Amino acid sequence: MLGIREIRKSFPSPDDPLTKRLVLDGISFSVAAGELVCLIGPSGCGKSTLLRLIAGLDLADSGELLIGSQPISEPGAERGLVFQDPNLFPWLTVRRNIEAGLVARRVLREKRNEVDQFMRLVGLEAFGGAYPHHLSGGMAQRVALARALINHPKVLLLDEPLGALDAFTRMRMQDEVLRLWENRRTTMLLVTHDIDEAIYMSDRIMIMTQRPGRIDRIITDALPRPRDRSSSDFLRLRSDILELLHFAGDRTDANGG
Amino acid sequence: MNRAAIQLTLARTELERDAIDLTKHGSTLSWRVQWAVTLAALVDLVIHLLFSKRTPAVETHSYKLLIYEIIGVSIVLNIAQRFWIPLRSWMRHMCPIFTAAILLLGLWDVVTLGFQLLPLPYFPGPAAVLRSLISDRALLLDSTWHSLALLLSGYSVGVLVGLVSGICIGWSVQIRYWGMPLLKVVGPIPATAWIPLAMVLSPSAFVCAAGLIALAVWFPVTMLTASGISNTRASYLDVARTLGAGRTYLIFRVAIPAAVPNIFIGLFMGLGASFLTLVVAESVGVKSGLGWYVSWAQGWAEYGKVYAAIIIMAAFFSTVMTLLFKVRDHVLVWQKGMIKW
Repeated sequence: MLGIREIRKSFPSPDDPLTKRLVLDGISFSVAAGELVCLIGPSGCGKSTLLRLIAGLDLADSGELLIGSQPISEPGAERGLVFQDPNLFPWLTVRRNIEAGLVARRVLREKRNEVDQFMRLVGLEAFGGAYPHHLSGGMAQRVALARALINHPKVLLLDEPLGALDAFTRMRMQDEVLRLWENRRTTMLLVTHDIDEAIYMSDRIMIMTQRPGRIDRIITDALPRPRDRSSSDFLRLRSDILELLHFAGDRTDANGG
Repeated sequence: MNRAAIQLTLARTELERDAIDLTKHGSTLSWRVQWAVTLAALVDLVIHLLFSKRTPAVETHSYKLLIYEIIGVSIVLNIAQRFWIPLRSWMRHMCPIFTAAILLLGLWDVVTLGFQLLPLPYFPGPAAVLRSLISDRALLLDSTWHSLALLLSGYSVGVLVGLVSGICIGWSVQIRYWGMPLLKVVGPIPATAWIPLAMVLSPSAFVCAAGLIALAVWFPVTMLTASGISNTRASYLDVARTLGAGRTYLIFRVAIPAAVPNIFIGLFMGLGASFLTLVVAESVGVKSGLGWYVSWAQGWAEYGKVYAAIIIMAAFFSTVMTLLFKVRDHVLVWQKGMIKW
């Protein structure tokens, strides 16, 4: 579904605009149709840059990006993108925000009935006339999800979509995203810095290293669904990943103290 | 989710505000608030009766009538507010300002008619101004009508051209490169500085004045529109592009709506500039309108008429301004509760 080969991307360095700083150094992976893959890594490892490249908002220096068999050269409705900030258009009501993709592709007339379907899908059918500034963070992110899904994207790119929510809302929204994924079988590529989120949600976890970003490790032994955040398998996987990311803490010290 | 519960949540802020209003404004008005306006008007009446013995009766008649009317209306409102709560809170809000305005009218009467502290004919009393207002009402109405026609034609042309040039400069890098320096050099020149040139170039005085007003409006509208468009949040454009948007959608459905709050600032600035240019243009070229009326009345040393025209201008311009505020509130309903200005 999504093929990424040897992607390299550099940006002008902030201190010296003449030199370039490598942000992504030879990223390669592929995502199968219907798969939910997580990209996890410390901030500044280029996860968001990679998503922007896949979305077509930026161009890679070298390498190959394929959606199906088509190379990616510009943004397109078949690759939906949801940011950490819902980025709802504040001048449009919830309903008009969800319709935006249909209007942009000039298919609103034929597909108007789908708007209600997607508002129901994210449980916002009563909020159609509300403006975004009336919505809570979780509700706004649900509108953003519906807005991206109404185009029936082949792949949904999620750039820390739940990062700005409080812990409880985030856990609820993780279930919500999983429900949407199971319901629609949309391929999803989720960028996160929350290890629990990655373990709870994904079929595969790709761990990235920092500057320049490389894929360090791919964890494929996903737990059976539905997952339990407090099961011993979950916690074991969690501590393994923490170890890989060098956040495990000093065990001898912990035991001795 | 329960529909009623959701709507309740949305409505709650409104309800809370209403509840606060009720506790604050729902109680009966104090004695002072009830009678302040009536008393102030009575004070005016006494002042006028004391001082107007020397002046001819025709002149003071309409002013006395006006005061009787104020007294009458204030008493009627006072009775009505006992039965109608919205009126009561409005009165509580407006009473101090009305009282002050009416007392100022009395002070004006004392200073001019009463002790003649200010030289005539430059500073007539309120009764004389009111008399000019009434006696010259046909010409004043005609002048207001001409001013309105001139203002609307100049303003609408300026806004239209300003929006188009602002959107072009804001959106296209090439147009910005060439357009911005021109805008920065030509824009700040006061439109009235072009009067000599405009009079030579225009086929008629009306076109000349309308063109000057349009020029005065064009600059702020262009400037603010361009800055609003070019400052559109990049992430809105990114989102729209991933939704499959083309250039038309990006300009007309993302950049322009995002710029609307800025555009309104430009519209307000342009409106202020248009009032100024209107009055100046009318007093030099056009032979009609309120600006012309003021300079014409000044030529005859009829200062009562000058003030009468200024009062009309105040009402006229502030009405136009209020209308634009209403339009803004309607268009920017999505900002409600986010921004106050």
